[in-house]
Formats: sequence, C-alpha cells, structure tokens
Amino acid sequence: MADGRGGTLRAYRALLGAQARSQTAYRTSFAVDLVGNVGATAFDVLTVLVLFGVTRELGGFTLRETLVVVGLSACAFATADLLVGNIERIPQYVRTGLLDAVLVRPLGALPQLLLMDLPLRKVSRAVFGLAVWVTAVVSAGIDWTPGRALLVVLAPLAAVVFFGSIFVATATVSFYWVESGQLANSLTYGGRDFTSYPVTVYGGWFRALFAYGLGFAFVSYHPALALLGRADPLGLPAWVGWAAPGVAVVAAALAAAAWRVGIRHYRSTGS
Amino acid sequence: MTEVIRARGLRKEFTVHVKTGRIRRARRVRAAVDGLDLRVERGEMLGYIGPNGAGKSTTLKMFTGVLTPTAGEVRVCGLRPVAQRTRLALRIGVVFGQRSQLWWDLPLRDSFDLLGHVYRVPAAEHAARLRRCRDLLDLDGFLDVPVRQLSLGQRMRGELTAALLHGPEVLFLDEPTISLDVVSRQAVRGFLAELGSTGDTTLVLTTHDLADIERLCRRLVVADLDAPLPEPPVLPGAPLREVAADGRRLVYALESAGVAEVVSGLAGVASLRDVAVVEPDIEEVVARLYGAPAPAAVPAP
Repeated sequence: MADGRGGTLRAYRALLGAQARSQTAYRTSFAVDLVGNVGATAFDVLTVLVLFGVTRELGGFTLRETLVVVGLSACAFATADLLVGNIERIPQYVRTGLLDAVLVRPLGALPQLLLMDLPLRKVSRAVFGLAVWVTAVVSAGIDWTPGRALLVVLAPLAAVVFFGSIFVATATVSFYWVESGQLANSLTYGGRDFTSYPVTVYGGWFRALFAYGLGFAFVSYHPALALLGRADPLGLPAWVGWAAPGVAVVAAALAAAAWRVGIRHYRSTGS
Repeated sequence: MTEVIRARGLRKEFTVHVKTGRIRRARRVRAAVDGLDLRVERGEMLGYIGPNGAGKSTTLKMFTGVLTPTAGEVRVCGLRPVAQRTRLALRIGVVFGQRSQLWWDLPLRDSFDLLGHVYRVPAAEHAARLRRCRDLLDLDGFLDVPVRQLSLGQRMRGELTAALLHGPEVLFLDEPTISLDVVSRQAVRGFLAELGSTGDTTLVLTTHDLADIERLCRRLVVADLDAPLPEPPVLPGAPLREVAADGRRLVYALESAGVAEVVSGLAGVASLRDVAVVEPDIEEVVARLYGAPAPAAVPAP
C-alpha cells in the first residue's frame, strides 16, 4: 500500500476533526466548560502562593524557584491530561462497546480511543499551564545558556510524555479490575501534587518511592534545578537534571507494554 | 467456490467467580463456545441462532479479531483474526446490533465520510457504494440528521451502510434486527436478501428471530453448549436445518427433494436408528431443540 502511512495520518486527522465538531455541537456548554476547566490548574498555583504567604522558604527553595517547579508540573500535567487523560474511561469503553468497535477497524486501538474521546474543553487548562510555565521561567532570573534554552523546551515535553505514560499504565489496570479508578488517581493526580513542590519537602520512604521509585523527581524537580543552576541539596549530580527525556522514553515504553498486555488480557477474557 | 471462513475445534472459555460463602468465591470455567467446526464458502449466507448465552456473539468476536480463542483454529479470508486484525478489518464489515459504529453527535453523512478515511476508500468507490445504499435503504430523508436523533430503524440502516462502504468480502451481523419494528425489520431483511443474492458478499448473522433465518438463509447452525457440531451428510434439495443432541439429531428441510430421496440418502449412514417425517414450523422445532430432548422428530440417524 503506497499511501499506507499518509492514509493512516489522514484517518487520525479525520477522527480528530470529528471529535472537534462533536464537542462544539453544544456551544454554550462547551464555552462554560472551557472557562471552568482553568479552575483546577489555577488552584495548584494558588496553593503555592498561599503557602508562601506564611513562609519565605519551602524545603530550601524561594517562591520564584518553587514557581519553576510548579509551573513545569502544571503545564505538563494539564497537557497530558488533555491528550491522554480520558484513557481512564476504559471501563466505559468496554461497557458501551466502543472498545470492540475500534478493534474491528483498521487502525490502532489506543490512538483511536484517545482521538475519539479527546476532551477539547481541557484545552484552556493546558494553555493556562503554559502561561504559568512561561511566567515562572521569565521571573526566575535564569542564567541563560544554549543548554538551558533547550531544556526549557525539552523538560515540559518529557514531562508530558511521562504523565501520559502514567495515565496509560494505570488505566490498563482496569482491564483486570474494573474498580481501579481510585488507585489510578492516586498515581496520576497524586503525581501531579507531588511534582508541584521541590522533593526536599517530602521525607523518608515516601520520597524514595514517589521521587525515585516511580521517577516523579525527574519530571519537575531535577530539570528545575538544572535551569536554576542550583546544586541538589540531596546530593545527586548536576547531570540528573538532563535525565528527564531518557526517563520519559523508558516510561513510555513501559506504558506501551502495559497497554499491549492489557488488551491481550481483554481479548482472552472478554468483558 | 472459495473458502471464506474455516474454524476447527474453536473453543472459548470464560472464568466466572461464583459466590460460595459470605466471602469465599469459587472460580468456575465455563465454555461459551465448545469445539465449533465450520466452513463457509464465498457468497454463502449463514444464520447462527441459539438462546441467550449460547456463545453466538462470542463466536462472532472470535471471527472478527476482537477475542482470542482459548483453543482451536480460525481463518477468515485466509487471515488469522487476532494476529492480523488490521489487515482483516479492511476486508470484513461488522454490525453489532446493540452497539454503534456511528458518531453520535454528528449528522449520519459525516460518519460515512469519516469511515471513508478510516478504511482509505477511494472517493469514487465510496460514492458509488453510498449511492446504492441510499437507494436500497432509503437513507435520503435523514442523512443530515445527527445520529442521536435517529429512530432505531433509521440508525440500523445507517449501521448497515457504514459496514459496507469499504466493500467487505464478509459481513458479520450480530442481531441486526433486535428491537426493530416490523417495517424496519422487513427493510433490513429485504436489503440483506438483496445483498446476499449477488453472491459477492458472504453474510454471517446471529439472531433470535427465526423469520430472519427463514427469509435469508439456506443453512442453519444451532449453537448448543453441550453439542459439538460435525459436518452432517449433504442431501441435494433438502438443506440441513438443525443439528442437535451432540450431533445425533439432524434436521433437514424438504425443499425440492421428496421424502423417498431424503430417506434413501440417509440410508447410507451406518448409525441410522429412526426416521420420522413431521411438518412443524421452524419456530416450534427450535423451541424444542433448546428445551428438554423430545422424541426424535425429523430424520434422525
């Protein structure tokens, strides 16, 4: 098939267009949701500002420094939530038969599900997150080098891939156990909250597990250190700040494997 | 004649958890499809009937690559359904009666355009097939109506069109007439009869409605949990209607063949025990097959 790849891309683009037309079919409701959706992300940032109303330092970091951490986390989480977040609705896709419907079409099941249920009303959240990130970076007084300029773009992209992987990997648990939503939320929303602060505010096994066991420290904390030119109070070398893209690739590979195993399980057990 | 579907010893087991005490639960393995052997040739129409839970939908899902068989082999259009899912998808059409392939909030016409992209159908072919369906299924009155506002009958006509736009070699239909009113039911049946009569498209359908079968199909397969289905003797002019009781009961319909021909045809079967000729309507025969084993009705070797 000569037009194989191009044809597939056109097909996905058509699915995206259909989703856009479907969602904007209810104009008022779409507009209201668009505005309402900014709320959640705004609260994450407000929380940080309120905290700094009572303290001048958080885990050894100033307000401006912490804003780089929370900005990176908010921007990346909102974008990943927009692109991949609805995959947590797998139990619904199974119940309504959408999963069976996409499985009898000549396209990948995961991209079809993501595109056919893309929550476009969350676009406003991602845009707001991006604005927070830009503001934080501009006001942090970063000593710009070509490397840091690259990292300012790469770090949010890696974090989007990382959060997206967490969404997909935790969602596949519902292929085995339908009532797994709370478990998934503890890792996705829990991960967002965890990455909103420098990891130095956490302690003990909790920090070891979330920051390094699950890799959340590489999402916002270490890239922020590299951008700010600060040494890690916990003693990890400076290059760790550049590990985010590598960690994201590993996370994506693990999530893809989890998805394939989950789909295979669905096909062998049925709904 | 080319073989479109071949199944050998096809089996699908599900694990169910049964409550045995206050907390304790036991795992039971239940076979939804137990050793199905089947051969369908190009252009055939195959009706698949059976009570709820007999594994009809499960069988269709194994044919279309949605479910992996527990055991046995299946080839559709020469492909392995699960392993070669996307290649197979281009050559088959699927209608799940209680599920939709259409975009709920968009006009019906948009779903057809979208499926054209999804299946990469050349524009001219797409237009020609759509024109044919519009004529035969009378779609023009509601092409621009959002799918969510269509009646069930209109939606089913849309689903049929959606499944045919890429020119599939085999069309699988899971209960296509379920909960339709009489008029829509007739329209769907008439369309499928017309489609099948050209001999290009192989039709495999499951149904509860025996009138669907009588109108459409020359051949019946009864799905019965404890009864594997061997290929019974073929008698010219007397199509096989039912196989039951572990393949120990065969039901043929007398069409062009006479009683004497059928009986002499069966006389060659070594294990022939009893032959009876009755005139039940199909509904009665099938109801009896689902229920407790009744005395042998029609030719029973």
